[in-house]
Amino acid sequence: MRTALRLSIDRIKCDGHGLCAELLPEIIRLDDWGYPIIAAGPVPEGLAPLAQRAVASCPVLALALALALQPTAASK
Amino acid sequence: MSDTLLWYTTRGAGAVSLILLSGVVVLGVLSALRVQSAGWPKFLTTGLHRNIALMAMVFLALHIVTAIVDPFTHLGWLTAVVPFSSYYRTLWLGLGTIAFELLVAIVATSLVRGLIGQGAWRAVHWLAYASWPVAVIHGFGTGTDALSGWFMVLSIVCVGSVAVAVVYRLGQGSADPLASARSDFRARVARRPDR
Repeated sequence: MRTALRLSIDRIKCDGHGLCAELLPEIIRLDDWGYPIIAAGPVPEGLAPLAQRAVASCPVLALALALALQPTAASK
Repeated sequence: MSDTLLWYTTRGAGAVSLILLSGVVVLGVLSALRVQSAGWPKFLTTGLHRNIALMAMVFLALHIVTAIVDPFTHLGWLTAVVPFSSYYRTLWLGLGTIAFELLVAIVATSLVRGLIGQGAWRAVHWLAYASWPVAVIHGFGTGTDALSGWFMVLSIVCVGSVAVAVVYRLGQGSADPLASARSDFRARVARRPDR
């Protein structure tokens, strides 16, 4: 097992401001109502600082970045 | 440093603080309204709101420190912390102290927003609507330049901009597209008998 950064969204808190999609279009896009859709899979390492900035910029603190365990081919 | 330089710095930094803080309030209102255009993304509004607020703190520190170390008034450091403790222009300087302390609370809670949670942060952030007017009254009341032409024009522009922004915000409903659905959902959850 190894760890990977994952973005998660609190759907109750999210008000659809959409700053996250402005700041992190590589991973987050908005649905027709302006609510974020996060691409599947872990956050690529190179995008971690930008993801952190998107988390800090959320006006309602609905976006979170956390380390999660992730199975790899090597760990059986 | 000469006393005159200190005195001019106090006045100049006070006027700059008025400009910056008025801009911060307007930007705050614009971000709540979710204003955006092709050339002005929403993170620009919130980024400017944050960074200009931090810059205003620098000019306010300059404004306060130069006023206190100025030997002409010898205000004392207590004046900066305890409202209405100054022998000199007690009311007007007290209002300045109150406005500054409210602003310190707003900035401090914003810096640790993730720790204290959204509800507490937002509650404190509403104090901006108390801090800014009190600061403006402080400037009108004790400002050496309050009656000079350039400061009059500056005040009219600053107060006018904030007034227009706030009145516009009050006239708008929630910018959240699902606001009514959300509050309805929350009310239903709160009414559930098993909770």
